[in-house]
Amino acid sequence: MQMRDNGFQMKKYFPIIIAVLLAALPFIGLSSYVMHIIILVIMWSVIGMAWNLLSGYCGQVSFGHAAFFGTGAYASGMLYSKFGISAWWGLPFSIIVVTLLALVIGYICLRLRGPFFALATLSMGVILRITAENLVNFTGGDLGIMIRERTWIEKTWYYYIILAVACGTFLAIKIVIESKLGYYFVAIREDQDAAESLGINTTLYKTIALCLSAMLTGFAGVFYMNYMGYIDPKVVFALHDISIVTIMVVMVGGVATYWGPVVGAIIMVLLSEIIRSVPALGTAHHTFFGILLIVIIIFLPNGIVGDFPKLRKLRDLSRGPS
Amino acid sequence: MTSIQLEVLLQTLISGILLGGLYALIGIGMTIIMGVMKIINLAHGELMMVAMYIAYVLFSLFHMDPYLSVFIATPALFLLGIAIQKYLINPVLKVESILPENQVILTVGIGMVLANIATFIFKSDYRQTPVDYATKAWYLSDIWKKTPIELSLSMPWSVSFVIAVLITACLWFFLAKTDTGKSIRATAQDRDAALLMGVNVDKMRVITFGLGSSLVGAAGCLFIPIYYIYPDIGGQFTLIAFVITILGGLGSTVGAIIGGVILGLFESLTATYVGMGWAPVGRFVIFVMALIFLPGGVASLLKAKRLGIGR
Repeated sequence: MQMRDNGFQMKKYFPIIIAVLLAALPFIGLSSYVMHIIILVIMWSVIGMAWNLLSGYCGQVSFGHAAFFGTGAYASGMLYSKFGISAWWGLPFSIIVVTLLALVIGYICLRLRGPFFALATLSMGVILRITAENLVNFTGGDLGIMIRERTWIEKTWYYYIILAVACGTFLAIKIVIESKLGYYFVAIREDQDAAESLGINTTLYKTIALCLSAMLTGFAGVFYMNYMGYIDPKVVFALHDISIVTIMVVMVGGVATYWGPVVGAIIMVLLSEIIRSVPALGTAHHTFFGILLIVIIIFLPNGIVGDFPKLRKLRDLSRGPS
Repeated sequence: MTSIQLEVLLQTLISGILLGGLYALIGIGMTIIMGVMKIINLAHGELMMVAMYIAYVLFSLFHMDPYLSVFIATPALFLLGIAIQKYLINPVLKVESILPENQVILTVGIGMVLANIATFIFKSDYRQTPVDYATKAWYLSDIWKKTPIELSLSMPWSVSFVIAVLITACLWFFLAKTDTGKSIRATAQDRDAALLMGVNVDKMRVITFGLGSSLVGAAGCLFIPIYYIYPDIGGQFTLIAFVITILGGLGSTVGAIIGGVILGLFESLTATYVGMGWAPVGRFVIFVMALIFLPGGVASLLKAKRLGIGR
């Protein structure tokens, strides 16, 4: 009993401990490359967590999160390029733009179910990419948007900003999932008709999940714009490199778990960095991603965190009876 | 409307219909897979890309005409489809997981691997099969000397269109008249009932996936004399196939044919009157319109007509 209590206490404080450790990270003087990797990992965890809210908990698998990511990035970039104010204002501004977009996309796509919803969101991402490419006067077309002066040379502040966004996202999702809303989401995922017959307004709650998820993804987009300083439609609305990688982050880490997206982001970012650093493999990173995806879906369908008990059992088996 | 405007319009309509015939072939492949297996094959375009590269290799090594390579690429794609279904998709169908969309995500993975392997082998250059009839065309003025407007019919486009129509007719014969075809349709209508009637449902699934991929493979060979190829070409055709299936109604073959032609027409109209770059947007506009105003697709209209009720 005592042990279980301790375990419970540990579990409760685990996120806080992680957050404190991460906040102290810049003080140990990591090189700027390592910081870059860590920032990318945290950014991808934010996107993964956002996707997980809509798809893992609410069961509406989206193949088009690049739409929200890109719109966030463009909302912030265009504040800079059109109005000449700091792109950081994109953080509040993107809430309006991305939520409006999510409402429109939700109106069109949420009437579809399962794989059809997935495909419809996928095409939404592609529509936005082509629109951004063609509206040359408005978005700059294929030339993209470049921020000429970076806010900070050092990566420390970027790190703290994305860390704050990530902590906020984590908290927001935890609160939502543990509230009544979260139960509605899971009910919709498990059986939409049953949920509807129990008096849950499924369209409303699916729209709420979509808007929240879109908003959080939009933040990551705004951060990307400010951090990278350059965007173009092919980068931020990319199907494989944003939308599919988002899915992979969660699938690899663990669907419908709090820590799954974080674990997945660590694995995916490290994997892509390793592949990129070996010149002979550079062009083959999609093959590795694809094979990883196939292996994960066949053997660990709930991801590393979700199937952790299964993994532990395997490890015990391989050790043999002791 | 002046005669020039009329000429442009008619020419656009002709190329739209020719394009639509090829699109229909791609759409049918996807729609029968969707009808029988209830999953979306997101590697559809990539399978087409594989067929296009088969045709390309045959052309550059043996100077085989792309239209002849239909007879090689189609069986090859049939085997590839069977292998994918048997060794990758079937195991996933048995796996327990939170998200039922696993199979769709799996096909994305397959597509990524295929496209990337093609990049690895052929590099991402744009390639073409320079056939000597590529620019040949028939002109209206050849037949009718004093025609007020001049129309042309590109030869590779029309040949591709005719072959596509022939393949579709063969498919219709197969589905309507043969035992296997009837079993496939039975499986699509009601899996459990088909199982009770003694249809080997698992076998039908494997055959259907093979059939769907061989159809898109044939479409790939027909596109080769017209298009250039590059490894990432598959993605856009996956989307086209999906738009056609939504437009035509899920799992409906006739719907897919009509949907393909509508899409071809619409795309070529946007390309002429709005701008080349916007043609893909036109594709999606019609997709969104179909989702909002005609969620059941063309098939629902046909059904309503057959049952004698207004919409």
